[in-house]
Amino acid sequence: MLALQSSPLPDWMAVSPALILALTGLLLLAIDSIDPTSSNSPLLAGLSTAGSLFAFAVAGWFLIEGTGQSATGGAISLYGDALVVDGMSLFFTLIFTVVAAMVSIASMDYISKERYQGEFYALVLFAATGMVLMSMSNSLATAFVSLELASLPSYALVAFLKDNRGSVEAAMKYFLIGALSSAVFAFGISLVYAVTGSLLLPDIASALSGADGMTGVLGMGMLMILGGFAFKTASVPFHFWAPEAYEGAPAPISAFLSSASKAAGFAIAFRVFVEAFPLGGLPAGVDWVLAFQILAVVTMTLGNFAAATQENVKRMLAYSSVGHAGYALIGLAALSANGPNANVLGASMAHLLVYGFMNTGAFLFIALAEHWGVGRTFEDYNGLGAKAPMASVAMSVFMFSLAGLPPFGGFFSKYALFYSAIEAGFWWLAAVGAINSALSLFYYSRVVKALWIEDDTSSLELGSKPVGLYTAVIFAAVGTLLLLPAFRPVIETAQTVAAALF
Amino acid sequence: MLIEGLIAVAFVAALVVFVSPDEYAGRLAAALSLVPIAGSLYMWSQFDATGNALLGGSIAFETDFVWLALGGLDVHWFVGMDGISMPLVVLTTILTTLAIVSAWTPIDTRQSQFYGLMLFMEANLLGVFTALDFFVWFVFWEAVLVPMYFLIGIWGGPRRKYAAIKFFVYTNIASLAMFIGFIALVFGLGDSVSSMRLPEIAMALRGGELGGFAGLDAGALKLAAFLAMFVGFAVKVPVVPLHTWLPDAHVEAPTPASVMLAGVLLKMGTYALLRFNFTMMPDVAQALVVPIALIAVISVIYGAVLALAQQDLKRIVAYSSVSSMGYVILGLVAYTTYGVGGATFQMVAHGLISGLMFMAVGVIYNTTHTRMVGDMSGIADRMPVTSGIFVAGAFGYMGLPLMAGFAGEFFIFQGAFTSTVHSAMPLFTAAAMFGIVIVAGYLLLAMQRTLFGPFRFDGEYEVTEAAFHDVAPLAVLLLLVIVLGVAPDLFFQMIQQAVNPILQTGGGL
Repeated sequence: MLALQSSPLPDWMAVSPALILALTGLLLLAIDSIDPTSSNSPLLAGLSTAGSLFAFAVAGWFLIEGTGQSATGGAISLYGDALVVDGMSLFFTLIFTVVAAMVSIASMDYISKERYQGEFYALVLFAATGMVLMSMSNSLATAFVSLELASLPSYALVAFLKDNRGSVEAAMKYFLIGALSSAVFAFGISLVYAVTGSLLLPDIASALSGADGMTGVLGMGMLMILGGFAFKTASVPFHFWAPEAYEGAPAPISAFLSSASKAAGFAIAFRVFVEAFPLGGLPAGVDWVLAFQILAVVTMTLGNFAAATQENVKRMLAYSSVGHAGYALIGLAALSANGPNANVLGASMAHLLVYGFMNTGAFLFIALAEHWGVGRTFEDYNGLGAKAPMASVAMSVFMFSLAGLPPFGGFFSKYALFYSAIEAGFWWLAAVGAINSALSLFYYSRVVKALWIEDDTSSLELGSKPVGLYTAVIFAAVGTLLLLPAFRPVIETAQTVAAALF
Repeated sequence: MLIEGLIAVAFVAALVVFVSPDEYAGRLAAALSLVPIAGSLYMWSQFDATGNALLGGSIAFETDFVWLALGGLDVHWFVGMDGISMPLVVLTTILTTLAIVSAWTPIDTRQSQFYGLMLFMEANLLGVFTALDFFVWFVFWEAVLVPMYFLIGIWGGPRRKYAAIKFFVYTNIASLAMFIGFIALVFGLGDSVSSMRLPEIAMALRGGELGGFAGLDAGALKLAAFLAMFVGFAVKVPVVPLHTWLPDAHVEAPTPASVMLAGVLLKMGTYALLRFNFTMMPDVAQALVVPIALIAVISVIYGAVLALAQQDLKRIVAYSSVSSMGYVILGLVAYTTYGVGGATFQMVAHGLISGLMFMAVGVIYNTTHTRMVGDMSGIADRMPVTSGIFVAGAFGYMGLPLMAGFAGEFFIFQGAFTSTVHSAMPLFTAAAMFGIVIVAGYLLLAMQRTLFGPFRFDGEYEVTEAAFHDVAPLAVLLLLVIVLGVAPDLFFQMIQQAVNPILQTGGGL
């Protein structure tokens, strides 16, 4: 038994998933400095994967044992309440670590010919550490710092293919918008501090009642904080960087950004808005739910329509991931002062978990195609099904799952999400989501059609079958499928841990 | 756990076949698909359900446990059979094997994938006909689309991509309409249901538990949901004017896929109409009897007239399906034992006969590489066995007594004539019966031009009798058509048991 708080283990052990990731990153740097010219890709990738999986296992173990949940005495606060370990942070940690593991193993082949491999994996792990800390942040200060810790390695990773103009350009754009939104975020924090005199989320909440005279400043501050999250989650109107960055970045990094990094943005948004600005205690005239409703509708619609017009598969996926940010936003948009809030928030978290598998898998399939030198448009994918059947089956699973077609994991998580939204009384939000979801089948099925149905016109010979990439793609596909029978524990855990926030 | 076993065997067989080498795939798939047949026949022999599964009857081979708990509505893994599902399950297993055997000759590329998809489709079809929880049912319902999309899109004719997309888009939008309609009903029922189990919802709806939802009062909600679901299922059936995807899909699909499409997939639509619209909301169906009967009659006549105008044998059979499924709708809306029971029986009968006709056209096409009526005549001289079975099947289609089609149509007409739901029903029935004449017309015309007369063939291929394994499935189907025509009670009794509660209990009936 290692349920913290009911065992002799010290409280700081609760952050061990983050520590494991950080230490593995440092270890990678150490190995790299012992032999800087080495390009022993299996060792580095294996270490990185092992570290991520270890962190995953520890987080999963904590979650099962009830660490930080009401069963063992509630959330564990650390370092003067700056960090808090509870069910939600552990749940999100599962997403970050499993995506990091898939990305690490897939990168083994993808970057095997590049320099600075040790640094690559170290940066991935540091970014993951930042994401875990984001999900644990209980203060706007740690939120800001951990967001930067997640973002800075990401900028470098996007630019990793530095001989490739697209990669560098994408990183530049990502960095500029990231820096801008960080500034906006920081400004928002300072405004909220000005009104409430505190940075700790619970203290902000309790100081809100005395803020009646400054609702304008408070509203402005919240809106700016929201802007910072919108950047991280690639939500409209801060989504412009996403297609460029995802297209230019190495494909495994696109997977990492669009799955893990997006989930991290949601993790922090969930906690900050629910804990610091509770719906019951807001001063009159400040209504962040309305902002999220607008954001959700606009994000999913715009993302879907933009995705439908793309000719480039990677860009299509990038825009579709904007659309999925819109679905996940329903988790915040369907909250009300006394509604059944935990269910819809939990459903949104469960969707992010399923999304972590299916979206990572889809981008990793693109990494596989790039590894083989297949082009980027839909036509270039024609006939791949005959040449690489297993990977193409996996890709078809991802596409249908992303479109929300049964019997894949994506259907379940979308169903749970829309259902919970209706249950909370926001049936129109669910209707917009369902219609968008039906439309999305159009562009997702284009990929499937290209893979299996279109005739192969190119004379491209596929090279070797890269072990790491294949492993990751198949792992993601199996995960997407297994989430069908195993959805019950996922949704139940998500809704339980979400309930602890309210 | 027998039903789970049946579905699981088909899934596993699909996987095994998918990874097996191409040269064995066809034989392996046929051999493996015998297991579900044996299973379904065994279950038939052990079948002990009474009454309608949705209306409090006892359910055979039932499994029911909570799959996932979501808010106030649990999702159950709930499967079971009553007299309506049993015949369709038997039909599915038998037709799958025959379709697989009929694919040995025409399918010569990517065989393992083809047969894998056929078995995958079988598994999902079995799920559709046995699931008794809406959620589980919907998962299977949608999953059927995926293999059919590939079957048409990869192995189809020249316009296969267009046909596959059209099929997918039409049926998927229909599913969405239906899904929204049903979910609205469930939310309208509010706290009076605790799960999406169909029996629970059917009883609550018939018990008048429906409240308002999303600004609609109970009556408007029920009507809106009925219409949304009717449209959703009508696309699948298909009825005029939602039928345009069907000829495209049929003409482009490879023969075995056409067999499954006409034989089983269309029945999903009428099965769902019976289970959802006509069982759960009989009062709305009664109120809408005139428009529904009108749609049925138009489908019968218009489909038949269109068939009359076709030059392509496969198109003739395809349009005749629109016509035949119109009879099924007419039987359902009649609300008599014979009407609804006959409609259910006709689902099975039409499944066998249309499968037979598509296979026969397919066998002729394999030899001649054309389906155009004008390109050939006197084929019977060179292909006597195939032609003989074709003629017998066509007579079955026209409703020759002692063949399954006759029994089905006779029951439907009798039921519709004596129906009391609306005073105009006999009129509609009489109008629909003219369909029989047109059916006889186009089938006789087509046979006379292609099979009989002096031999002429405008092609390069040598026309000889088809191989044994091509003709054998036809012979089996013909045998089944005759057996079911001679002894309709094999199914009709169990169907009747399941149908009667729909007509008796609750509602304004």
